[in-house]
Amino acid sequence: MKAFRMLGRSIRDAVKSVIRNFSLSLASISCITITLIIVAVAIIASLNVQNFTKEIERDMTIVVFLDNDVTEEEIKEIETKIKRIENVEHYTFYSKTDVKKQMQQESEVFKTVLENWEDSESPLKDTFQVKVKEIEIISKTAKTIEKIDKVSVVRYGEGMVDKMVKAFSAVEKITYGVVAALILVTVFLIVNTIKLTISARRKEIEIMRLVGASNITIKMPFIIEGMILGLFGSIVPIIMVIYGYFAFYRNFDGYLYSRLIQLIQPEPFVYQTSLMVIAIGIVVGMIGSASAVRRYLKV
Amino acid sequence: MDLIRLKNVEKKYKNGVTAIYDLSLAIEKGAFVFVIGGSGSGKSTLIKMLYREEKPTKGQVIVGGLDVAKLKNKKVYKLRRKLGIVFQDYRLLPKMTVYENVAFALECIGEKKDAIRTKVLKALEDVGLKNKVHEYPDNLSGGEQQRVAIARAIVNDPKLLLCDEPTGNLDPEKSMEIMKVLEDINKLRGTTIIMATHDKEIVNKMKKQVITLKDGHLVKYKQKGTYVE
Ligand SMILES: Nc1ncnc2c1ncn2[C@@H]1O[C@H](COP(=O)(O)OP(=O)(O)O)[C@@H](O)[C@H]1O
Ligand SMILES: [Mg+2]
Repeated sequence: MKAFRMLGRSIRDAVKSVIRNFSLSLASISCITITLIIVAVAIIASLNVQNFTKEIERDMTIVVFLDNDVTEEEIKEIETKIKRIENVEHYTFYSKTDVKKQMQQESEVFKTVLENWEDSESPLKDTFQVKVKEIEIISKTAKTIEKIDKVSVVRYGEGMVDKMVKAFSAVEKITYGVVAALILVTVFLIVNTIKLTISARRKEIEIMRLVGASNITIKMPFIIEGMILGLFGSIVPIIMVIYGYFAFYRNFDGYLYSRLIQLIQPEPFVYQTSLMVIAIGIVVGMIGSASAVRRYLKV
Repeated sequence: MDLIRLKNVEKKYKNGVTAIYDLSLAIEKGAFVFVIGGSGSGKSTLIKMLYREEKPTKGQVIVGGLDVAKLKNKKVYKLRRKLGIVFQDYRLLPKMTVYENVAFALECIGEKKDAIRTKVLKALEDVGLKNKVHEYPDNLSGGEQQRVAIARAIVNDPKLLLCDEPTGNLDPEKSMEIMKVLEDINKLRGTTIIMATHDKEIVNKMKKQVITLKDGHLVKYKQKGTYVE
């Protein structure tokens, strides 16, 4: 009960002083707002990238083409060799005829062209499609397969995914740098806002000490003030996250460029992201106010 | 029983000034004690050690069973809740009314609203300010402001009231009014009062215990004392 009463008092004091130091509070809040908008965009982007690289990776397959003159027996041999590779999770064999059928299903043009080819003169090859356990070492696995006799070419979605992931991770690093710098500036501004509140209330603090207020009672309003700044600062970013992401998702029909790059469903994603944004805002506010209290409020 | 006990207390400030030398004394519960002496004799230093604004550099200061020197900074509030303090300059908050100033002391320690109301009104009645509850300090005379400060100091019904030159800014007439208030508090509430002053007339009129300090040394500790140079 007593704790609640004291908390109520702290919150009231904190709100009062946010209003009293309006211009500096507003500066802090704006800074938190900008920071959180960028943080939110970074969170949304990086979660989406994570999501669709996972999707793409799940689809990634090593395609093993066999030489034209490969015999039934040699195919068996190749199969056992592939089976023995550690990283291979699962494979399927497609004969020339299977490949032909598959391609004919896919397009009318292929259908007529392929109809006139005999199996013997077909440019198509027998193939194994191999799924791996660990995508990170797919290129190593591909190289191992390539060394097997009578295997001509091995293909997987090299390049594309690699390049994409690298590009995203570069962008991510830059974003982290910007966010870190912004958080620093924000914390600095909050420290100064709280410092001002503390000096405006020197007399009051002195009397609180004389009449026996505990340290936590003296410090709490200032810490809460920082948290309130953080909370206010997260309002605009959250609105932007919720409306912005819904609009973005609708605008692109849920995917970018190709069906391969699926965006995360807005619900409950935007709400989770909003919670993260609020939490970050409040924590940043608290860090600022706590360090101001530590520095300027010697109790 | 003794409320306060000092044993071989020395206070040397960081700048090398020794304000109190080897002071030992005991003050019993319910006493009214003047601490007298010229300017710079160590009166304020003694008072400050009693509410742990300053720590003794040697010896022991026991207040209400608490060893003040050993009290950690975080625990000082426990001592402060057992005592009230009044200064020469009142130290009221100008943006708060009389009522709010007194209530503030209780809010800070988490008292309930109903209890605050009863206690604040009682304290203001005891100092004779029941009709000025909603005034702001700036609209009050010096004597009245000091009475508000006294009300704030006694509102939590402390065992001990420390006063450092409470009449220092007041004319003799107002000073005697304050002394009347303090005497009533001592008699009716049984609060132990320690008051530092250099006002001869007051000391001589009141006929209370007197601790005389000179350049940091205890010169005399007398029952029903008078002011001696
Ligand atoms: N914070 C301090 N730092 C250094 N010296 C101090 C401090 N406070 C008081 N003194 C010195 O200690 C001595 C006693 O001061 P004080 O206790 O204030 O005396 P009084 O209240 O009797 O006038 C004086 O010489 C004063 O200059
Ligand atoms: Mg003094």
